[in-house]
Amino acid sequence: MTDSKYFTTNKKAEIFELKAELNNEKKEKRKEAVKKVIAVITVGKDVSSVFPDIVNCMQTDNLKLKKLVYLYLMNYAKSQPDMAIIAVNSFVKDCEDPNLLIQALAVRTMGCIWVDKITEYLSEPLLKCLEDEHPYVRKTAAVCVAKLHDINAQMVEDQGFLDYLWGLIADSNPMVVANAVAALSEISESHPNSNLLNLNTQNINKLRTALNKGQIFMLDCLSNYNPKNDRKAQSICERVTPQLSHANSAVVLSVVKVLMKFLELLPKDSDYYNMLLKKLAPPLVTLMSGESEVQYASLRNINLIVQKRPEILKQEIKVFFVKYNDPIYVKLEKLDIRIHLASQANIAQVLAELKEYATEVNVDFVRKAVWATGRCAIKVEQSAEHCVSTLLDLIKTKVNYVVQEVIAVIRDIFRKYSNKYESIIATLCENLDSLDEPDARSAMIWILLESFLEGFHDENTQEQLTLLTLVQQMLTLATQDSDNPDLRERGYTYWALLSADPVTAKEVVLSEKPLISQETELIEPTALEELICHIGSLASVYHKPSNAFVEGSHGIHRKHLPIHHGSTDAGDSPVGTTTATNLEQPQVIPSQGDLLGSLLNLDLSLPINVPQVSSMQMGAVDLLGGGLDSLVGQSFIPSSVPATFAPSPTPAVVRSGLNDLFELSTGIGMAPGGYVAPKAVWLPAVKAKGLEISGTFTHRQGVGWILESSLTGVIPSTPLAIHTPLMPNQSIDVSLSLNTLGGCEKQYRCLLLQLPQPTQCAFVEGGKMEHQVFLATWKNIPNENELQFQIKECHLNADTVSSELQNNNVYTIAKRNVEGRDILYQSLKLTNGIWILAELRVQPGNPNYTLSRKCRAPEVSQYIYQVHNSILKN
Amino acid sequence: MSASAVFILDVKGKPLISRNYKGDVAMSKIEHFMPLLVQREEEGTLAPLLSHGQVHFLWIKHSNLYLVATTSKNANASLVYSFLYKTIEVFCEYFKELEEESIRDNFVIVYELLDELMDFGFPQTTDSKILQEYITQQSNKLETGKSRVPPTVTNAVSWRSEGIKYKKNEVFIDVIESVNLLVNANGSVLLSEIVGTIKLKVFLSGMPELRLGLNDRVLFELTGLSGSKNKSVELEDVKFHQCVRLSRFDNDRTISFIPPDGDFELMSYRLSTQVKPLIWIESVIEKFSHSRVEIMVKAKGQFKKQSVANGVEISVPVPSDADSPRFKTSVGSAKYVPERNVVIWSIKSFPGGKEYLMRAHFGLPSVEKEEVEGRPPIGVKFEIPYFTVSGIQVRYMKIIEKSGYQALPWVRYITQSGDYQLRTS
Repeated sequence: MTDSKYFTTNKKAEIFELKAELNNEKKEKRKEAVKKVIAVITVGKDVSSVFPDIVNCMQTDNLKLKKLVYLYLMNYAKSQPDMAIIAVNSFVKDCEDPNLLIQALAVRTMGCIWVDKITEYLSEPLLKCLEDEHPYVRKTAAVCVAKLHDINAQMVEDQGFLDYLWGLIADSNPMVVANAVAALSEISESHPNSNLLNLNTQNINKLRTALNKGQIFMLDCLSNYNPKNDRKAQSICERVTPQLSHANSAVVLSVVKVLMKFLELLPKDSDYYNMLLKKLAPPLVTLMSGESEVQYASLRNINLIVQKRPEILKQEIKVFFVKYNDPIYVKLEKLDIRIHLASQANIAQVLAELKEYATEVNVDFVRKAVWATGRCAIKVEQSAEHCVSTLLDLIKTKVNYVVQEVIAVIRDIFRKYSNKYESIIATLCENLDSLDEPDARSAMIWILLESFLEGFHDENTQEQLTLLTLVQQMLTLATQDSDNPDLRERGYTYWALLSADPVTAKEVVLSEKPLISQETELIEPTALEELICHIGSLASVYHKPSNAFVEGSHGIHRKHLPIHHGSTDAGDSPVGTTTATNLEQPQVIPSQGDLLGSLLNLDLSLPINVPQVSSMQMGAVDLLGGGLDSLVGQSFIPSSVPATFAPSPTPAVVRSGLNDLFELSTGIGMAPGGYVAPKAVWLPAVKAKGLEISGTFTHRQGVGWILESSLTGVIPSTPLAIHTPLMPNQSIDVSLSLNTLGGCEKQYRCLLLQLPQPTQCAFVEGGKMEHQVFLATWKNIPNENELQFQIKECHLNADTVSSELQNNNVYTIAKRNVEGRDILYQSLKLTNGIWILAELRVQPGNPNYTLSRKCRAPEVSQYIYQVHNSILKN
Repeated sequence: MSASAVFILDVKGKPLISRNYKGDVAMSKIEHFMPLLVQREEEGTLAPLLSHGQVHFLWIKHSNLYLVATTSKNANASLVYSFLYKTIEVFCEYFKELEEESIRDNFVIVYELLDELMDFGFPQTTDSKILQEYITQQSNKLETGKSRVPPTVTNAVSWRSEGIKYKKNEVFIDVIESVNLLVNANGSVLLSEIVGTIKLKVFLSGMPELRLGLNDRVLFELTGLSGSKNKSVELEDVKFHQCVRLSRFDNDRTISFIPPDGDFELMSYRLSTQVKPLIWIESVIEKFSHSRVEIMVKAKGQFKKQSVANGVEISVPVPSDADSPRFKTSVGSAKYVPERNVVIWSIKSFPGGKEYLMRAHFGLPSVEKEEVEGRPPIGVKFEIPYFTVSGIQVRYMKIIEKSGYQALPWVRYITQSGDYQLRTS
């Protein structure tokens, strides 16, 4: 007999029937009824109305029935907290049931009820269960601590639950240990700033001894540890290496993570170091025999590993041969890795394969194969010629999308090897008619124009001017007829350049192109380091830092690889805390010289001497430094720019007309009337060799944070998108696609913006409290949380004040007039969900207001005061 | 940290059953999954990890079902995928097949299992043998007292119960080697590897301590056995069942363990030493547009004359619009499987050193199809008993139990095709 019959009775009148059956005298009937209820839940219908009847069935000696009742409670308790309370007694009773399964079931379910009141009753039975003699109960209780922490963190910390968890790590049962570690790491991740997971030597030793019990979470925990010296690092590596033989791919990846991290600490060229590198390859190769999804996750990680340490897999390129029945996502990843591993030694084989792939049927895969062929030409210089001839062979196929892709990649080859393969232009031109994709067309235009420009110097002035006239005509078209703001902007910029100083403009146009290099395809090193620390996780699959896609990961310290400091004792420290070193200064962390070089590539980088700034780790970039800035500076410095926002006195720091122009297009869509802090220069040009970044924050409806930035001479081709709210002093990785003034192609790089951030933007819409709620909350918050401030010299009346504040999401709930004074009661909510209540006293004629604030978290009040102050003063 | 919730969806994306483990991702978010999947598939950017806003879907497909885990955190992706596959394994062992119907028929047990498999996003007991000890198909009446306890869950050795008894104590050892091969169209071998597994069937009483001895080269070098007449094998990467003491293996290459009861996979290993392809295929596929396709396939057994490959199946791709097949084979039989667009040439027994031939002839319609077809490879399936390509051997299996019984180990060797592909031009 199957259970499917329970699904057949879902008719209209069922609720009444169910209620009746749930209250039936016969046990068997009740059990059947509960099954029906669960069946209804399973098909997604609402049966919350039978809650009381279900609770009646709780007292049963039938384990299956009890499980179902508990399942029901989990589903509906949150929506009916008052009803859930009725169930508490049964829970508490079951927590002490002589039957282990019931005992564990009760503990497990109680933690999933997510009702505050229930948790109050949970703590006592949970403490008992943590010390229960049976591992099954202990392992369930360990997880329950994490659940409890999710609901009521304070209680967990106050009642010493964490010490219990640390105690359980020494447990004799592997499952208990695994869950204890898992719970601890979960708790520490949700509270990154509290030093809950105290990774001192003693605790690390506990973890090490328990290593083969709780594998993954244990390994993840270990990877957060920063050993004092290479000896300690080596001893941990020795402990974890055997786990590479674990059958579970997730365990293997976690071991790889630990080893990749600690390799940084080991002295290079030591025997152990080299042996470890050798040991890493076979397990990585074996990951390729898993299921496609596991392969995919592994390949994404291997992609990171080959970028960081190509030597590990350099002999294993054959593993990444694409097979006919591989899913497309596996094929594309394998291709990517093949390029990373391509070298002079294996290039012939790689190219033969790529040529084979280029005749496949899947268009995306074919394109990627062609693209990869071009990449090989750039990466393996000695074999560029071979690659180019492969590409020419591919053009002969006359398959439209192949030809277009070939032309797009040949442009890059031209950029790398100028004056070397011009002879093939004729072949390219034969295919001019078939080009209908923007990318291929623009590549072709670039190739042709570039070949003209090669000889620009040799032309006479008349011809040069003809070219310039053409340019001007193009500019007219771009600025007047185009609907595309990006295009118009760039048009204006050129125009401005040309009208200001044609000679300089010529120099700009004729400057040396920085060479394209293979590195442009690599992940920026600091980002790569961070991703290496997240091997196995979603971040490593997305190739994005976790705060780019995880909400509320504010304040989570970025992880980075440890730095080798020999055998000197530097003291124990969790990796996380050492990371915040660059938080003070807003700055752009550049990746590599030539990356930034190509960021502002082509025409703009003038060979002008810029004072060397040694503190910044930048390669040979002199972009706009003395070039555009001074150029623009002379002709366009608008007098309207308040000097205060250019803190650096150097002439290079310029808020130019170009910037303002640029702001016009990006500054659309701000909440009208909202206070917007004036733009400040975050990165003065002098520090970044001429790249200046300034900006401000605004809060837009529904979106959260928008960064208004202007980069001199650099135009974001897409708006900067920061979708998650930022918190003060939080830094965020923003990947911004930037166009240079002169380039005709997109360049990607990662901007690491670390900014001190004003708080007012942290107020969210919908921060208006109900009248009653306000009163109750005000009373509820203890008086010692109340803070008073004076707002001085403010000449607005109460109504203006309230509307001004309303524009900034500070809501006035009520207004009272007491003895000639206006008292405004206000509420506001921060993006992280903290409510703040305020009382503002305004006395006509007195420019000094009194502001009283109450909040459960008094430490934020201080910020809020500053914000209030600045809103009212502006 | 791992999944927030797990869903099983039907082929249209409708949830059949689900379990919310953490409550930090709204269960309704699953509605976005199927539209997203369809969209990404159309864009050609489908991947096993999809995201909708702050919610990330990690999914796998099993017959007509989707298993989806949601998370809003930076979860451990490989862990989640392994967990989902493990879940399928458990369901399959419980219900034979995992499909829409079996979920509906057993929804109570499915809920029970989901409850035991994972807690708050942490994978728990995923071994179906252990789960079967306390989650059963019949509704179990509860006895009071602590007796009714899943014994294994509370053991220090979580994979074996105490008090197991057999009249006859035996262990069956299967050494199975699969050959993966990739040959390109001009006949050069791109990839050749051996993936071996050692599977045990354990019928032993009590808590036996087992030690397995292989002709492992590293071990021979450690113990000074190398250089003697013993042939040894260099295992490139070895993976073990959780019962094996990994640190022991790392130290002195000893494979020692307390086995679970019944069937399990003790270890797997990989070798990339290139061996001569066991069955070599040469093919000529000539396509005369608008009229016919002519196929000639030559198969050669390149293994010892004493050995025989059984159940050989060679599948040769044909165009999807081919018709009126005609075959001629020197041995075995050929048949056309239109739904897979292949001809399958089956040879029941194929002795080493022999060479056979098959010819096939197909008609083609005079109007050519517009879409371009891929060029699928030729695939080969076979099984060669009493033989391992790598030469691996079980030297001994020591079984020690405190009661001191004598137990017999039985060993069987077999080599079979793994992913065995030869590209066609």
